[in-house]
Amino acid sequence: MTLTTKDEQEILVDVKNIKKYFPIKGGVLKRTIGHLKAVDDVSFTIRKGETLGIVGESGSGKSTLGRVILRLLEPTDGQVIFNDVDISYLSQRKIRPQREDMQIIFQDPFASLNSKMSVGQLVEEPLIVQGKMSKEERKKRVIEIIEKVGLRADDRQKYPHEFSGGQRQRISIARALVIHPKFVICDEPVSALDVSIQAQVLNLMKDLQDDLGLTYLFIAHDLSVVKHISDRVAVMYLGRFVEIAPKQALYTNALHPYTQALLSSIPVIDLNEESNHKQRKIALTGDLPSPANPPSGCTFRTRCPQAHDRCAIERPELIELETDHFVACHLYSEE
Amino acid sequence: MNNQPVLDVSQLKTYFYLGENRVAKAVDNISFSIFPGETVALVGESGSGKSITALSIMQLINKPGRIVDGTITMNDQKLLELKPKQMTNIRGNDIAMIFQEPMTALNPVYTIGSQITEILRKHKKMNKKDAHQEAIELLKVVGIPRPKEILKEYPHQLSGGMRQRVMIAMAISCEPQLLIADEPTTALDVTIQAQILDLMAEMQKKFQMSLLLITHDLGVVYEYTDRVMVMYGGQIVEQAATKELLKLTKHPYTQGLLASLPNLDEDVERLGTIKGTVPPAYSFPHGCRFSSRCPYVMEKCTQSNPELREYDTGHFVRCYLYENGGSIK
Repeated sequence: MTLTTKDEQEILVDVKNIKKYFPIKGGVLKRTIGHLKAVDDVSFTIRKGETLGIVGESGSGKSTLGRVILRLLEPTDGQVIFNDVDISYLSQRKIRPQREDMQIIFQDPFASLNSKMSVGQLVEEPLIVQGKMSKEERKKRVIEIIEKVGLRADDRQKYPHEFSGGQRQRISIARALVIHPKFVICDEPVSALDVSIQAQVLNLMKDLQDDLGLTYLFIAHDLSVVKHISDRVAVMYLGRFVEIAPKQALYTNALHPYTQALLSSIPVIDLNEESNHKQRKIALTGDLPSPANPPSGCTFRTRCPQAHDRCAIERPELIELETDHFVACHLYSEE
Repeated sequence: MNNQPVLDVSQLKTYFYLGENRVAKAVDNISFSIFPGETVALVGESGSGKSITALSIMQLINKPGRIVDGTITMNDQKLLELKPKQMTNIRGNDIAMIFQEPMTALNPVYTIGSQITEILRKHKKMNKKDAHQEAIELLKVVGIPRPKEILKEYPHQLSGGMRQRVMIAMAISCEPQLLIADEPTTALDVTIQAQILDLMAEMQKKFQMSLLLITHDLGVVYEYTDRVMVMYGGQIVEQAATKELLKLTKHPYTQGLLASLPNLDEDVERLGTIKGTVPPAYSFPHGCRFSSRCPYVMEKCTQSNPELREYDTGHFVRCYLYENGGSIK
């Protein structure tokens, strides 16, 4: 069983009660009149070599969470322990050695690459910042990684606009991996790509993970993509995890009403009429509430088909219902 | 569905003249019909020409693009021969269109109310008061809560799903015979997507419209459409009833698309891929336009472009593999 072996593996990322609140300013004096709780008390671990997927609708806080883990945004509270070092409050200078082990790949390969730099320069830049290699070594390393992601060594002279979306995402991946990171946050890396290209990039990411022993945090809104690439999956709603489980458990036995609704609303091709996937669609009414003014108690209760009195009063905590399968819902907890 | 088609497109060609003698053949010789009450999907990746097909039907092609050839017939009227003013009447009254990004399709400086009543006053010649009343009714029909207040709000005050509902309300306001929806849910989250697609299906039944749904999502195609046309390189490469096409897929491009989808029901270690990328519309390969990426390419494919031919009843394919009873697994 892969799960048990992974259990024994060491933990690479340990996120404890992380919070990120953005102040809302108002009035003439621009005083803080409230907080937008983008990430509100989230805890989880990622083991070495594992891929944790995070799914959620826009505004659920999944991208903010990724940025807080990397300290691209400062956390409001909580801890991020990376590789046994608490990086949550390290100074920018002290965090630098840790940063070499963590990288991020963004959604839009058209916006995340400087159009005035050639591919060679783009991929070499992290090595220059790192300052550990001679010019010769750098050149060798750049060629090595460019070929690894499926581009050609001659492509170094070209500029980003000469490439298609999928190729550009390969450049972003090369740039992220050139300094041998251990941990890569992938923030919607394939959602801007056409399906046939998306498949190429997903396959590449899986191959690279196997080859280089990478650990991924994979953020996306597409549940089938997340299922394909992840070992475990967390579902986020209004800044909190509502369910986290190994992917098989999550996709075959979703416990939280939100996860169930999400899974049932994906349109799927179901040519085998007897297949068990297509239960009845669970229609969710309404939109995601504003994270600046979330409902009391369980934040999902305003859209939940199974909400009851208790949901408005008390916030459900994540509890482990089955091994490794956590859910935050009053349907499964006793008073 | 045996009666007269609502819309008939025949040998339509829309080219973009890019200068330096480069011509992008965005839509190149497309023919199809849409029948009353039918939902037809137009599927393809970016750059396949699906949106340009829709814009050509609406005659919303701007320079350097031009409809160079073909006929578009609706109710015995040849739309391409109409004067611009007559076409303005067709748009909205007979054909309406919904776009992918409702934020850019709605005017940010006018209230929702003034944008809906403008259409009603123009196309239905209503007075101000009736139009206002009708606008409230329309918003109710598309499931918008508090319609009276929403009429006074501006597009930025609404969520993406609500904006798309407003777009649908505007589109159905004149009860068009044909609704063209260009990726109407691509910018929305899945739970909202389900709401919007269900609403469109309901409206279609209620007003007995035909629907041309442009999408890249084959799951949406399966659940919501009757017939599919797959586009590649500005041409239709495969066309059949939805279930037939997804079950007995013939064209190598359609097969590649299906193989590259991650599947919720079964786990595969690696996804299928189509090698390379879509060639730009000004430099298609010689012969079959998919030949540069096709795993089954033959010598013949690089010499001439196959015709779209009917191989099974109602199942059309543009591929040499099926000539003389040939097949692929």
